[in-house]
Amino acid sequence: MSSEKLNMLEAINLALHDAMEADPKVLLLGEDVADEEGGGVIGVTKGLANKFGAQRVRSTPIAEQAIMGAAIGASMVGYKPVPEIMLMNFTTVAMDMIVNHAAKLRFMSGGQTNVPITIRTMTGAGMGNGGQHSDFLEAWFAHTAGLKVVIPSTPADAYGLLLSCIEDPDPCIFVETLPMYWTKGDAPERGRRIPLGQANVVRAGKDVTVITYGRQVHDAMAVARKLESEGVSVEVLDLRTVAPLDTAAILRSVSKTRSAIVLHEATKKFGPGAEISSIIHEALFSELKAPVKRIGSKFSPVPFSKHLEEAFLPGKAELEAAIRELASK
Amino acid sequence: MAEKRDLIEMFRKMALLKMNDEKLRSTIKSGRLSMPYYSSRGQEVIPAAVSVCLRKEDYICTIYRGIHDSLAKGAPLKQVWAELAGRIDGTCKGKGGPMHITHPASGVMITTGIVGSTMPIANGLAWASQLSGDGRVTIAYFGDGASNIGAFHEALNLASLWKLPVVFVCSNNGYAEHTKYSSGTAIDRISKRAESYSMPGVTVDGNDPLLMHAAAREAIERAREGGGPTLIEAITFRFYGHVFGDDDSYMSPGERAAHMEKDPYPIYRNWLLANNHATENELAAIETGIAAELEEALQFALASPYPDAAEIYRDVFQHEVEAA
Repeated sequence: MSSEKLNMLEAINLALHDAMEADPKVLLLGEDVADEEGGGVIGVTKGLANKFGAQRVRSTPIAEQAIMGAAIGASMVGYKPVPEIMLMNFTTVAMDMIVNHAAKLRFMSGGQTNVPITIRTMTGAGMGNGGQHSDFLEAWFAHTAGLKVVIPSTPADAYGLLLSCIEDPDPCIFVETLPMYWTKGDAPERGRRIPLGQANVVRAGKDVTVITYGRQVHDAMAVARKLESEGVSVEVLDLRTVAPLDTAAILRSVSKTRSAIVLHEATKKFGPGAEISSIIHEALFSELKAPVKRIGSKFSPVPFSKHLEEAFLPGKAELEAAIRELASK
Repeated sequence: MAEKRDLIEMFRKMALLKMNDEKLRSTIKSGRLSMPYYSSRGQEVIPAAVSVCLRKEDYICTIYRGIHDSLAKGAPLKQVWAELAGRIDGTCKGKGGPMHITHPASGVMITTGIVGSTMPIANGLAWASQLSGDGRVTIAYFGDGASNIGAFHEALNLASLWKLPVVFVCSNNGYAEHTKYSSGTAIDRISKRAESYSMPGVTVDGNDPLLMHAAAREAIERAREGGGPTLIEAITFRFYGHVFGDDDSYMSPGERAAHMEKDPYPIYRNWLLANNHATENELAAIETGIAAELEEALQFALASPYPDAAEIYRDVFQHEVEAA
């Protein structure tokens, strides 16, 4: 691993660059993605149109169904489009294309057609963007057969996972956490893919497993480090992909610690934590020291006001209390 | 005017589509097959005329009332019938059914059950052709009701901006499900909407093979030569309601009967004979051949096995990830 540091934004840009350089069939499209329009609203695709040309990096009208349809159609005949849906809430506008078409065309055609697209999108509370620009909606997509959902926690993971998504023969949704774009991490090893569907034990421990992904991996690590000095040993499992879910890694870890907490930014109610918790209970009920705990955002639209927005998100204090409770069992 | 070869080929396709519809309806009535069936009887001219202007490698995207479109493009009859029957030898192994016929080898890229969704995806196919320079044209078939959904407007705008080789073919049969055209569409001609997107738009008598052929040929040639998209509104009528089995209580009295009296099939057949483009024996031979093919397709479909339960987990992804 290089000692160089990159932020998430640079790592994603680098993955797109390397994918486009390796395969002329990789295309980018979305609102403002070309350099003439600034290389994306945050600048994630900056420089790519200048390097690879306006044919392969196309800015589009603000028309999410048109963006997704163009990506789906081109992907059915050999291209590998990476459509950007600027914010995850805007995927709702293209939901028909994503859920009824991208997810199902392989199955409904009996395997004759497939949709190798990677939908890049960004979201996350904490920027004061309010109720329609900040939701984590991964549960909706993970609930739909035919879609893969990826949420990276570090720049190096984002790079390696995005390369895997672009090369994957099926539709992937790659969720970028907006407030994390400028957070630096270790630079990725160029060309290194991280397989989809494989979780990462980012911290080994023996008392409690925290199962999480995305930004909350860092919260879990901070709490784990704090509790270590008090003799509580926390294992942190970064799922990396919500779908497919690495059930084996989850059960392996919880078999060891015999207690688990699922932590995510999506609202707790009907969230991924419910599915993961149920999987654990079905497999390991008799071995658990205590029922699996779920921690997610409050069941509310994301609020604007700063102190409300902070209260909406799952906090480190809540996680710490939950770990303490489980560790005492 | 269309060359003689196209005139006869249009007839052959119209005969196939008309007789296929009749065979399907009688087979469903007899209880041998069961499916949601959206008959396109009466609308044969449109796909017949469009298809004779297409190449085998061109693409179509069509809708649940699209069996005419798929067969006209060349989807194999036996496999299509097996698909309608939900059997493993179907085009989609019985996993798509009547609303999702797909057969890329014939250029039938998608049949969708969502009104208005052919247009955005057709754009993507056309974009791929534009990028690779393969000279293919993509047809997006849809109905009059679909012109009111946002996807139609988004797709026409993008196709025009990007000068995509796509032709939007609207079969305006006067009804969106049970709602008559004027109660659901705030403009008298759908083709006028083309002007909003700076593309040519034309309304044509979709029951007149010569006019339909001319309109389709012009639009397809324009698309193939880099001139961008066209919106064709083809006026027609569907003889058998929205879905097989519904009555015509939502139509004005006698409306359906009046249209059936103007059935484009016998009119075209008589025109071919009266103008010496074909003899009665030639046309009858085409019809007899199709009747035999249809019976063979039915028997093939009924003899094919149902898919194994394991097919539920196949084709969800290329590599199965979890049989939950």
